Formats: sequence, structure tokens, C-alpha cells
Amino acid sequence: MKPPVLTIESGKKPRLATAALCGCFGCHMSLLDIDERILKLVDMVEFDRTPLTDIKTVGECEIGLIEGGVANTENVEVLRDFRRHCKILVAVGACAVNGGVPAMRNQFDVQDCLEEVYLNGIGVVDPQIPDDPEIPLLLDKVHPIHEVVHIDYFLPGCPPSADTLWTFLNELIEGKEISFPYSLIHYD
Amino acid sequence: MQEPPDSIQQISLTAPPWTDDNESIATQETHPGYALQMHQAESFINELLARADARPASGSLLQYLCLIQRQYSCIPETTVHVLAERLSIPASQVFSVIDFYTFLHRTPRGDFDILFSNNITDRMLGSQALFGRLCQILHVEPGVPRADGRVTVDWTSCTGLCDQGPGMLVNGIAVSSLDEKRINEIAEQVENKTPLKQWPADWFEIKDNIQRRDILLSDQIVNGSAIEALINKGAENLLQAIEQSGLRGRGGAGFPTAKKWRFCRDTKADDYYVVCNADEGEPGTFKDRVLLNSYADNLFEGMTVCAGIIGAKKGYLYLRGEYLYLREALEETLQQRRQSGLLGNNILGQEGFDFDIDIHLGAGAYICGEESALLESLEGKRGIPRKRPPYPVNQGLFGKPTVINNVETFINAAKIAVFGADWLRAAGTEQSAGTKLLSISGDCERPGIYEYPFGTSVSQILADCGAADTQAVQVAGAAGTTLTADAFERSICFEDLATGGSFMVFNQQRELLAMVKNFSDFFRHESCGFCTPCRVGGALINDLVNKVMVGHATQLDLEEMKNIGSLMQQASHCGLGATAPNAVLQTLEKFPDIYTARLANRSFEPAFDIDAALAPSRKITRRDDPGAHIAYEPEQSSKP
Repeated sequence: MKPPVLTIESGKKPRLATAALCGCFGCHMSLLDIDERILKLVDMVEFDRTPLTDIKTVGECEIGLIEGGVANTENVEVLRDFRRHCKILVAVGACAVNGGVPAMRNQFDVQDCLEEVYLNGIGVVDPQIPDDPEIPLLLDKVHPIHEVVHIDYFLPGCPPSADTLWTFLNELIEGKEISFPYSLIHYD
Repeated sequence: MQEPPDSIQQISLTAPPWTDDNESIATQETHPGYALQMHQAESFINELLARADARPASGSLLQYLCLIQRQYSCIPETTVHVLAERLSIPASQVFSVIDFYTFLHRTPRGDFDILFSNNITDRMLGSQALFGRLCQILHVEPGVPRADGRVTVDWTSCTGLCDQGPGMLVNGIAVSSLDEKRINEIAEQVENKTPLKQWPADWFEIKDNIQRRDILLSDQIVNGSAIEALINKGAENLLQAIEQSGLRGRGGAGFPTAKKWRFCRDTKADDYYVVCNADEGEPGTFKDRVLLNSYADNLFEGMTVCAGIIGAKKGYLYLRGEYLYLREALEETLQQRRQSGLLGNNILGQEGFDFDIDIHLGAGAYICGEESALLESLEGKRGIPRKRPPYPVNQGLFGKPTVINNVETFINAAKIAVFGADWLRAAGTEQSAGTKLLSISGDCERPGIYEYPFGTSVSQILADCGAADTQAVQVAGAAGTTLTADAFERSICFEDLATGGSFMVFNQQRELLAMVKNFSDFFRHESCGFCTPCRVGGALINDLVNKVMVGHATQLDLEEMKNIGSLMQQASHCGLGATAPNAVLQTLEKFPDIYTARLANRSFEPAFDIDAALAPSRKITRRDDPGAHIAYEPEQSSKP
């Protein structure tokens, strides 16, 4: 199946939202790494919910970029919210695509993880496993985001480079089929 | 506590020693698998190595480990360290080999280690219910040793008893034709701690079950006559005869046998090897079982002829671990041949014609049927396929030119040596001379071994074996071809349906998706793990097949299965990964209804039950507030 192509009414800027789930914010840093091109990006898109604007709720958007995997209830809710509001949803980086580094906990029992961190770890003071309802509850495993909602595009990399993100956004907004030069998909 | 044996003769090839003694020994604290002291490990390994020096075939790490496993029902950690030191290899290398092979374990199995064969044909004969029943009677959890260490009940890949299944292995020894009554009796023997040797002999009876003979199984040769033919005609003439016969490899790939032997013969080296691939692991294949049981002399004759032609002094029979019960008789046959001057030094009085064969046991790894993985395994390593070139004929076992052929191929070669090229040419087709042994199982009245001339149609075979109302035939095993009824006029031969011999029949009442799931489970388990397309792709496809099974898959998931399958075909390191998605891809194309009938009526469905994935955390935090749950929202996340 071919990934969807973006169609935008002429004269309208597409809206872009981004979120970090269970990741390290490295993919967002990589986006910032486009340097002065961010000024062009501001001309190209209207920013919606994203850590760059600090807007907390997502509106109707053309493009949603998701960094990080799904590790807890909040991640699920944010991800579903983005799927509901974004025409095209993109998994950005290793954690969103595969679960990445956070998924290394998948080989352990979630109970063992919590006990190690909150009860038995070195330097723990007042050991107790947090149970406040305000705290998002952990899933037993960390999942890639396509296992929770449908995803239109996957951008691998840890993180995908600034040029990769820039190329992707330009081609997507221009309504082109996405294609990268070899240098952008060569990882070693 | 289990004492180390006084002498190596105490190591039984057929049962761990403590199943023969009456004292209860197997608890966590005292089981030798957990509590073997360093000095005990040292004395045991010393004897093992002393024995190995006398018998070079057991000189590989894998063979040591198989023997340790049999002695202690696991590889105790102390033995790993002693063995590593004695062999001057890192302990990590020993552990890596242990972890690769299904029949090797780091912690003890039960005194009775029971493994049910998990082929689809076993399941069609009711193995799942019998498995559940045995677990229930013995109060044992699948795969986990019972608390008293008496027994483990688990699954294993196809054991090659498809024509007389369901089958199982008890301490490595095959038991056939299981039914409820026999399961009850087995449970009784286990509870009474009856030594395996005292179990009723007929339980271990494996029938040849030959239903149709053609030239290979009918035309007998006298022992030694093929070797005599080699001596009389000379190597070059005999090689030409094999060339003219058109003999092609019977493992399924069909490489011209004479060409292979000539490549090897023409490679300059100081040592050459002959290896017989008897690692018959393709689900639904059991013809080598019969050949090894009743035609072993012909096989060794063929290997000896090959040795004479290529100049090998040493041959190995790589016997799959599941056929352990055949080993004793095979060793006897080898011994008789040595005594008759058909093996050993100066064979049949020919000065300098020295050749001997050793048996090397596998340990439950399908991939070791792939020839280069088999060579790795023979060298005692993990069975990971090699890159080619170099091909085994140039650099094979221990880097030396090596001929590897299937059991059936060597037997054909032996008979060609005696009867001549025309004997084979008289049967079969232009490109596929001779006959093929088929292992027929599944929905038919007369399962068993059928020998047919190449070119025989599937419909003819179905009629002969008494198959009616056939929905599909799976030719060439789990990695093979799924045939719909409109393809039953196709024929068995290299130019049409090439096969190692597996032929599984499914009637109209069968749910074909159960077959797909069984094969997909199989490949997930049997991937050697070396390359990502196969290791990860196989697991992803398996997850998606399971998603279809439980009615949660959507059209998108079917598309994804096709994508992953196609990627595995293109990018896998070896044939295992390249053929692993076959059953999924072919049934998606030829039997789409078995999938679409089970699709969820939605455009997207999560890969797992999200709320259930929160249950462990809810339990740990004792939370049950609304925030501790995630509601199911099928439609909201559907924007493909």
C-alpha cells in the first residue's frame, strides 16, 4: 500500500504538531538542528501543539511527528489524540519505530523494574513504589507506536538527521513521493 | 547426590543414568545439574576427553555437550568451565553453543524429558489434547520441570513420525502412535519411575511403513558390490556413469551429483571429506528415517564410493538428534562393515583405499539441515549458515573440500555403481532421472513412504494414498509449496515441484490457517538468529498470523504480512529466511478467504490489548482509578 500524499488547499499553510512520548527528546533536538532553516520552516508551516510552541492541546493538523515509544497511559492518550487530529502521522526515530532504548526494559518484568528503581536501587531514600493517580501507569512493555495507532510514515535513525527531517518535510508539503539520497539513509 | 561415573562406559546413550536407579535425587539442592562440584566435573570431562581421543567423531564440542546433557539432563556450569579450559576456548563460546541447540539446557530437565512432536500432522492427529492430558495427569506445567524433578513435558519440532503420529521423544527416544490409553500408561510409568528400558518395547517400535516401492527400494545390491564396481571400473569411469545417469541431489535442491563430486575431486587439498546429511528436519519428511533403518548398508556403500572417487579418508553421518534411537543399529552396521573389510584401511584389499565413517549427532536445530550450517555444527559450533562462495566442494568441513549429499542421493549413487547409468535413466523424466521417495502424511487412508518415478502427478499420488476431498497439499514441507486443487495435475520433479520428499495432505474440513500458524511458529523458533530479516521478520509475521487467528487483524495487517514476507525473501542470509514466509504468502494469494473471514471489521486494530498490558502495574501500585485504565477505542485511531 502506498503511503498517503499530503494535499493542501492553496494559499493555506499546513499545520504541524509534534510530541515526544517515551524518548530522549533527541529527535526534537535533531529537528532544531536544521539551524537557520527553521526560519523557512516557520514560513512553510503553522505550528500547533509542540514543545517548540508549548501549546498543550492538539488541533486539526496536516502533519503530526511523534518521537518515542509507548510506555505508559499518557503516551497512549497523547498518541491517540494525535491520530485523531493529524491527517498524516509520522513515527520519528528509533524509539517510535522500534521502541528503542526504553524497550530494553522489555526483557525484565515491570515489577522488577519498579523495585529496582524505587525500592532496591543504590541511593534510594524512603523506598516506595509511587501510586499517585496523577502519575501515568506503566505498560508491561514498551511498544513501537504503530502497534497502538496506524502510522503513515516511518523515519528511522537515532535520531534521524536534521537533513533527513528537512527533506522529508519539504517533500511531504510539496506533495511529492518521499525519497532520500543515499547519504540520508546510510547509518554507519 | 549423583556421583560422577567411575568409568565412561557408564554413560548410557539411551537414558540418563539416574532414571535407572531407585533413589530420589532430583531436587534443586542435590540434582547434579545444579550441584556438580568442580572436582566431579573435572573427573567427568577428563573421561569424556579420553574417550573422544579414541573416537574422533565425538571430538566436536557439540558431541561433548550432547554427552554431558545425557549424563546430567543439562550442562552443569562447572562442566562448561572445565571443558572450556581443556579445549582452550572461552566459556562464552561453550555457552553460545548450548543456547543455540534446543536439546541442550543450562538447567536440568525432568528425569523423564518428554517432548511432543509439534508438526501440523501431529496436531491433526490430536497431539494438543494428548499434551494437555499428560500435563494434567502428571500435574506439570508445559516446559517446566515438576517440583520433584521427575518429569518435563514440552513441545519440539517435527520428529519425523508423521505417518504414525502423534509422536513424542522420551529422553530422546521416539514413541509413536500416541493415544489416550498410551498417554495414561506413560504417566503411570513416569509416576512409578520405571526405567525407560523396562517400558513396553512396542511403544518404541517405529515401522518403516513403505507403501510403494520402485527401483530404489526394490533393486537390491550385495554389500560391497558398489565398491567392487568402483575398483573394477576406476574412479573416472564410475564418475562418468553417475554423470550419465543424470542423478541429482535428493535433498530438494537437485544439484547434479556427479558435478559436485567432480568439483570436489578437482580441488587440490591434503584432506577431503564425505558428509551425509541425515538431519531430516523439514516438517513432514521421514523417508531418511526409513532409509537409515533399512538401507544403512547401501548408504554407507554410497559414501564409500564417493570417498573413493574424491579421495576422502573420513566421512561423517550427521544424524538428527531426533533419530537417536537409530544410532545403535547404525553403529553396528558400521562395525560389521569394518569387519567385512568394507570400511577401514585397505578397503577390499585395495592398498591405500582407507575410509571410515563416524556418526555425529545433532541436537535439535532445523537450520543444521542447510549444508553449510551442518558443517559448522559438525565442527562443534552454532549452526549458522556460511557465506558462499566458497562452496563446500572447495572449502567445506575444517576448510577442506567436502561432498555433502542427502541419504537418498548416496543410496542412488551406490546402486548406479552396480546397475549402471541406464538403471536410473529408465525411470523419471529427461531432467529428473530416477525416482523420489515421498513421505506422505495428513488426511489420507494410507500414509507412509511412497517411491515414485519423477514426473508422477500429485493427483495420481493422492489417489494412491487414499486421499479424498482434498483441499490442499503442502509439497516440500513448511518451506515448500501450497497447492490448491487446480494444481494437482502438476508433477513431482525438479522442473516442476522440487521436493525433499515431504507431502502433507489437508482435506476440506481442515482449517488451513492452523497449518499456516504451525509453520510460522516453527520458523520463528528455528531461525538461527544471525540475520535480521529472518529473526525479526519471522517473529513479526508470526505475531500477525496470531493476530489473524484471534480475529483482531485488519486489511492493513495482511498488507504488512506481504511486505515483511517479501522482504524476508529478498534479504535473508540463507534459504531458511527466504522460504520461511512461503506458506503465509502462498495462502494469502491462493486461499485469501481463510484470512478475510477472520478480519476485524475495522481499518486498524492495536497489536496488543492495551488495558491488559496495564494489569501488572495496577497490581503493583494497587491502583484502580480511571487513570489506571485505557478504554478500547477501535475507530478513533483509524485513519489509514
